[in-house]
Amino acid sequence: MNLDLTPEQRAARERFRAFANERIVPFADAWDRQEAIPRELIAALAAQGWLGSLLPPEVGGAGLDRITYGLLIEEIGRACSSTRSLLTVHDMVGHALRRWGKPEVKDRHLSALAKGERLGALALSEPNAGSDAASIETRAVEEGEGFVLSGRKKWTTFGQIADLFLVFAKVAGQPAAFLVERDAPGLSVVPIHGMHGTRAAMLAELHLDDCRVPRTAMLGRPGFGISHVAATALELGRYSVAWGSVGILQACLEASQKYAAERVQFGAPLAEHPLIRAMLAEMIANVRAGRLLCLRAGFLQERSDPAAFAETMLAKYFCSVAAAKGASDAVQIQGANGCAPDSPVARYLRDSKVMEIIEGSTQIQQLAIPRFDFPEL
Amino acid sequence: MDETQTKIKEFLSRFFKNHDLQPGEDIFSLGFVNSLLAMQLVAFVEKEFGFTVEDEDLDLDNFRSIDAISALIAKKRGA
Repeated sequence: MNLDLTPEQRAARERFRAFANERIVPFADAWDRQEAIPRELIAALAAQGWLGSLLPPEVGGAGLDRITYGLLIEEIGRACSSTRSLLTVHDMVGHALRRWGKPEVKDRHLSALAKGERLGALALSEPNAGSDAASIETRAVEEGEGFVLSGRKKWTTFGQIADLFLVFAKVAGQPAAFLVERDAPGLSVVPIHGMHGTRAAMLAELHLDDCRVPRTAMLGRPGFGISHVAATALELGRYSVAWGSVGILQACLEASQKYAAERVQFGAPLAEHPLIRAMLAEMIANVRAGRLLCLRAGFLQERSDPAAFAETMLAKYFCSVAAAKGASDAVQIQGANGCAPDSPVARYLRDSKVMEIIEGSTQIQQLAIPRFDFPEL
Repeated sequence: MDETQTKIKEFLSRFFKNHDLQPGEDIFSLGFVNSLLAMQLVAFVEKEFGFTVEDEDLDLDNFRSIDAISALIAKKRGA
């Protein structure tokens, strides 16, 4: 197993980093306050080919390998978790559609998703169904040439502006997945404001009131909506969240190192105080360990190795927990300054908590991970 | 067991530790088979046997036992 980056991957990382530093970092706190990212940013991401970046060139995607994709997500996630979450959910929808969509639906939407002309969002969670995804209450009933969907979806990231929703509903008690267009009759979108973290991720509730979709809108078959379609999307989501968590942790480390070098207390920079150094040491160790776990998961994904599933879950678990701890320490190092309005580390702390919840909570990962065999390295 | 069945058994044995899985045994009756295994199983048969699991293959009976998975592989190879 060789986890060294290729020269091309290193060059790509520099491009991602430069973009993030110029186009995102200076504005991320303002977007967080405004609870929205600008359309211009989304257009710039699309122009770079970073919306649908994993989709193949034949449909207009950038066709990035999984490692390069991870580097992109880390750099965007280091700058702004809300912007990173757009890439995550959009990619999840494109990935699931490519894998399980009907040919005519792929023809209609995949290229537009790959080019960022349309935005995708995932609609799985409901008011009464979070970690227990199989308990969704949204129903789909066959009627005429299609299905009629009824129910409510909650916490749909970028639901406020998405054009296509991957909606999960039960057909005669069996979980199924549907691609629902924003202008589908019976679909209404209600913005959610005041979230604790990833505040600029433009969350929404979806109200499906006898929402009609054609038969071809179904991905996969009834009974396989959660186990196969959602699982396909969520595996990529976990990978993306793992890398995004590494990005948060890297941002915490950089902010902490800078602050600890400049801030003088008791006659010495904070970095000279042993208890501060301990926190910095843990951040350095965790960001490097987390990145290695992500690289290993990406390496296995590139080989289509079934073991990638468990390794990706492990990476998501470790990185999100480490990001939350690192962000908490980053605020602690900065004291009251870290709690101030517009403090980036306060934003990292709020965003890191979200990482421990989305795409399978820390506790769901803890329940699942011991059930897998992890082969020797 | 032929080579295909042996490979399937080897893969599934990772999830059914301390259990000597038989070719016709219903894996759904043994617990564990959920979304954690489902996509790994798809990834395994696709990578190991070189075909794509399509919509029409999504039938629990195709994945119920070593024999059933082996039959799906034979069908896909013959298709």
